[in-house]
Amino acid sequence: MVTATAGRDEILVWLSEVADPEIPVLSITDLGIVRDVEVDDCVTVALAPTYSGCPATEVIEQSVIAALHDRGVAEVRIRRVLAPAWTTDWISAEGCAKLRDYGIAPPEKGGSKRELLYGQRRIPCPRCESTNTLAVSEFGSTACKASYKCNDCLEPFEYFKCI
Amino acid sequence: MNAEQALLAYVLRLGDNALILGQRMVEVVAAYPELEEELANANFALDYIGQARMFYSLAAELEGKGRTEDELAFLRAENEFRNVLLIEQPNGHFGDSIAKLVLFDAFYLLLLEALQNSTATRVGEIAARAEKEIRYHLRHNSQWLVRLGDGTDKSHGLVQESINSLWKYTGELFTADDVDQTFAGEFGGPDLAAIREQWTIKVKAILDEATLTMPEDGFMASGGKQGRHTEHFGFMIAEMQYLQRAHPGASW
Repeated sequence: MVTATAGRDEILVWLSEVADPEIPVLSITDLGIVRDVEVDDCVTVALAPTYSGCPATEVIEQSVIAALHDRGVAEVRIRRVLAPAWTTDWISAEGCAKLRDYGIAPPEKGGSKRELLYGQRRIPCPRCESTNTLAVSEFGSTACKASYKCNDCLEPFEYFKCI
Repeated sequence: MNAEQALLAYVLRLGDNALILGQRMVEVVAAYPELEEELANANFALDYIGQARMFYSLAAELEGKGRTEDELAFLRAENEFRNVLLIEQPNGHFGDSIAKLVLFDAFYLLLLEALQNSTATRVGEIAARAEKEIRYHLRHNSQWLVRLGDGTDKSHGLVQESINSLWKYTGELFTADDVDQTFAGEFGGPDLAAIREQWTIKVKAILDEATLTMPEDGFMASGGKQGRHTEHFGFMIAEMQYLQRAHPGASW
């Protein structure tokens, strides 16, 4: 077993290869849900849930355990961290770029959440960058995405909702 | 009642409210009038059930008797559930469901905000997570209430009737009993009188925009927080608990 030799940084690199099951273009480190890695007699990975009822939470935990097992880490523990609560601001800049390339408009960053949530902000189309877009449905294929369409290039797209 | 007992009872209530409302919404999954609302309802139900799991896990730990979140959900009797009466009411028509969610979520959101200032930090952490979800629910559901209230004569009439008939269950939300008072005193928990004032302003604003009339306070039903439920509740948990009652210990 390599537990003794695997350091925190090395483990973080391994975790950056674990994909989010619902948006596989994002890794769990891009998503910003890996809060900490502690290495002592076992490896403890601190993960923050995204939405309370997100069905991917358990799948992600199993994927983390499996990924570290594959690297030879025998003892893996998962610790769920609630504070500070995950918001879309935890998604890395690289993660936002990957989302855009994948055809999902990334969440708006910074500013007042309430303003973003209640304001009628125009979401730019991830394909042609036009801001002439229309919200079709607040809900898309998963809890975290809304459905939009672009009035210029006429393509439908998903928007990663800002929470 | 000492501080520890009040904390446990309070966390269980939060879990019961979230689970029972989530379960009610699950009953109409795959039966909503249009796809967007179908997804909204299922996603919102999932949020409540996720919140219930967090509250129950904490309650199980505080209780320290080795019970799990599942045992708290599936193996307690009707009178051990301490959710408010409002949320156990049947789904009714779409307007009934929306009215119920607006009345409850406007309260729940204020409660979740206040809980983050309490010294029960683990409750505050769950509240901080849940608040972000409930804020979204309230926005979505109040938009529907406005659309229905300010819609056709028929939708206006129906949803006004929904508000009128649910109103008698709103008083209980703000009636502080022993658990609420001890939790407020020992942990800086929510001040229900202050929440009532804020709730009244918020709900009045939504109803005004929806061209609906805010009912006068009259008879208020209560008892849910003490385990005395309306007649609908037993049927509901009988269905929810059926599998664990019929096949004890069954798991996926």
